[in-house]
Amino acid sequence: MNPETNELPQSPLPSTPVAPIAPARPFYWSVRRELWENRSIYLAPLISAAVVLFGFGITAFELPRRRLNALALESARQRAAIEMPYDAAAMVIMFTAFIVGVFYCLDALHGERRDRSILFWKSLPVSDLTSVLSKAIVPLAILPVLTIAITLVTQFLMLLLSTLFLLPSGLAGTTWQLLPWSHLCVILVYGILTSVLWTAPIYGWLLLVSGWARRATFLWAVLPWLAIAAIEKVAFNTAYFAQMLSDRISSFEHAFVVVKYPRGAHVPVVDRLTQMDPLKFLSSPGLWIGLVIAAVFLAGTVRLRRYRGPL
Amino acid sequence: MACIEARGLRKAFDTTIALDGIDLRVEEGRILGLIGPNGAGKSTALNAILGLTPFDGELRVLGRNPWNERDQLMRDVCFIADVAVLPRWMRVSQALDYVAGVHPRFDRAKAEGFLARTEIKRTSKVRQLSKGMVAQLHLALVMAIDARLLVLDEPTLGLDILFRKQFYDSLLNDYFDHTRTIIVTTHQVEEVQHVLTDLMFINHGRIVLNCSMEEFESRYAEVMVRPDQLAAAEALRPMHTRQVFGRSVMLFDQADREQLATLGDVRTPGIADLFVAVMSPKENEMPGGAK
Repeated sequence: MNPETNELPQSPLPSTPVAPIAPARPFYWSVRRELWENRSIYLAPLISAAVVLFGFGITAFELPRRRLNALALESARQRAAIEMPYDAAAMVIMFTAFIVGVFYCLDALHGERRDRSILFWKSLPVSDLTSVLSKAIVPLAILPVLTIAITLVTQFLMLLLSTLFLLPSGLAGTTWQLLPWSHLCVILVYGILTSVLWTAPIYGWLLLVSGWARRATFLWAVLPWLAIAAIEKVAFNTAYFAQMLSDRISSFEHAFVVVKYPRGAHVPVVDRLTQMDPLKFLSSPGLWIGLVIAAVFLAGTVRLRRYRGPL
Repeated sequence: MACIEARGLRKAFDTTIALDGIDLRVEEGRILGLIGPNGAGKSTALNAILGLTPFDGELRVLGRNPWNERDQLMRDVCFIADVAVLPRWMRVSQALDYVAGVHPRFDRAKAEGFLARTEIKRTSKVRQLSKGMVAQLHLALVMAIDARLLVLDEPTLGLDILFRKQFYDSLLNDYFDHTRTIIVTTHQVEEVQHVLTDLMFINHGRIVLNCSMEEFESRYAEVMVRPDQLAAAEALRPMHTRQVFGRSVMLFDQADREQLATLGDVRTPGIADLFVAVMSPKENEMPGGAK
């Protein structure tokens, strides 16, 4: 069937030599592409920071009165009362980043199959490993770094605002005296880094589901775990699995020495550097088991990316 | 060196066999039209060639195994799957940036040159472009890549006739240089007839015809038979007969031209006519260059 007459003189065209492309280059551009497509990665935390600042700004006129109330408390509760808005700001921004990360991951490999653009991405010399890593790095590095930066800037602006509003009443100095901001910065960085390492398997799982499910990625990501927890509850009337799941969502108790202080506070306060406990964190088997599971999920995701085409 | 070489290429999905042991050799510098009905296995064959699907049997594209080496292969291979695969959120400038960033053989100035001939604005998003403009954009990106194999899978589906013509004209005038290889699948066979150098029909996962266009022209002839010559024409065993305005038009394989000329007007058939003749279900015996 093959017309041998077609046999050309055997002169395989040598590939025109091209400047070798550094392996990091496709990765760099793939990450940029993720940020082009998903502007919520930086817009959502920025917007939540703006909302926090706005809320802090419009209640700032009450600041002198509240500060006087706080100063009337015993010293440990003084600190807690003054720190409260700064902690709340960090919480809001971190929570926003978490939600963005979850929905980003669920769509990361599903969206490109849904809109068939995977055929365009795969027509370029970018390996599946590079593609998946460029997506995984968003919740594992980009969002955490953004969260830290945005939170620190927000808290700094809050400090300036509060100083401004407390100046007339002569209370401005009390903020700088009583708020251990430099400590809070270190604690924030440590807290977010440990949190990323601790929650890595969650993001790995979400990416895996995103690469696997044909539709309803959120349900596939969540329901199997709830089902297992429910079955355990019904069959054995125990809740070990549910406990394990909720334990995985927060690294807090593994990374910090938590002091339930002051009495009556709803959230444990972390404001001292001595509360950071990296040794406990690094020696907890849960961390390393989680990281291995995350790596397995990511490897599975790379494999799925290779096999799956458009939906 | 052959651009594509396959031996016993097979691919089965759960219950259906998409590719049933294909042997294939495409030399460099050819423009091959891969024609077949829906579900014939064209897309599966292209997907295997592009490293998008695993396969059984042997397949080498530019000397590489596409499934194991897709990312390296894509430095030398481009493909346009259909008009709708460019990401809709992307800006034209971002598409240029990205391809320039990841592709070592992309010549950005060249792509900008092609785009300058169109009305595509650099700041537009793909979603804002018309279907024809998206095809122009994709073609501009691909033509600026110094590749050795270009695969086009229904590249003009849904485009109006002006864009379709322009598409193939650009391809021939600005891209094809007799060292590159192009594989195209399309249902609009008439439009590619003058473009192709080689023709391949595929059906039920098998190659049913494989010839160069020169062979095609010398081998097949279509005769509009005069009514009084009908019996004589039937005696020559035409591959296929169809009725046009009450006249019988018969398609012959390897018949003597002079003899045919006595029966009526002889001309080279269109690919579409040969396709119908080869694919007609009543034809049990596969004629032509079938294996």
